[in-house]
Amino acid sequence: MKCEELLALLNEYVDGTVDPSVCVEFEKHMAGCNPCQIVVDNIRQTITLFKDGQPYAMPVQFREKMHDTLRKKWNEKFSAK
Amino acid sequence: MTNQFTPETPDAELVRLAKAGELDAFEGLTNRYEQRVYGLAMRMLRQEQDAEDVTQQTFLSVLENLEGFRGEASFSTWVLRIASHAALKIIRKRKGLNTVSLEEATEPSDDLNSVPHPEFIADWRQSPEHLVERNEVRRLLDDALTRLDEKHRLVFLLRDVEGLSVRETADALELSEGNVKVRLLRARLQLREDLTRVLGDPARQFVRSHHHHE
Repeated sequence: MKCEELLALLNEYVDGTVDPSVCVEFEKHMAGCNPCQIVVDNIRQTITLFKDGQPYAMPVQFREKMHDTLRKKWNEKFSAK
Repeated sequence: MTNQFTPETPDAELVRLAKAGELDAFEGLTNRYEQRVYGLAMRMLRQEQDAEDVTQQTFLSVLENLEGFRGEASFSTWVLRIASHAALKIIRKRKGLNTVSLEEATEPSDDLNSVPHPEFIADWRQSPEHLVERNEVRRLLDDALTRLDEKHRLVFLLRDVEGLSVRETADALELSEGNVKVRLLRARLQLREDLTRVLGDPARQFVRSHHHHE
């Protein structure tokens, strides 16, 4: 396997959906190619960082206002029936 | 008619009850997904007012179209699809464009062969577990996201942050799975590149002398 081929399979490898025989090739390449190993590590860390990052909390006031609006619309819709 | 539902009540059951006119069930669905929709909108738009607009529009649209929702996709995918389109609409408006179509965008860049090679390669100085604790890191992440083309950003957010499968992301954005995979790869690689330039340890940077070694 060449670096380019590894790059093309990166998603499948990181997501654990790569074919087992391809996985062996992939890991064999990484074992002998430090930059590819680092790139794979970096990609995993990148995903983790975004996934576990601080979420944006919805402002409470907005939430209340939205729920009021939705309730009003709901009642219009269902009382019209 | 009073219905009791718990956090374990499946979405499909709440959808059924909401369709039958149960406001509580509709509110239950809204409560379940409003934070995710708002978070997605904030990460796409970085502007509170716009994120609020997207959130409200999304749930108004859910209310309007619930009857037509047949459950081919999961409810969560459906909601995120509506939110994605609402967010894109705002981005296109900001750019002075009127089109909202996503599928138009099968461009030459959506080709595996054109995926950019990693350039800055270095181990990070700190683990993600340490980094998420730091406030300036969110800014760093958001800046990196903003530099992504919105088509790539949306695919990354749905797949890697919201946890949709490739199939679900494709459904939500009306793209082919192949297209989602290429966009996801581009997004992941570009974010990696950006973050590594800041978080990578220069002392441990790997200088690639040649590109194609076996």
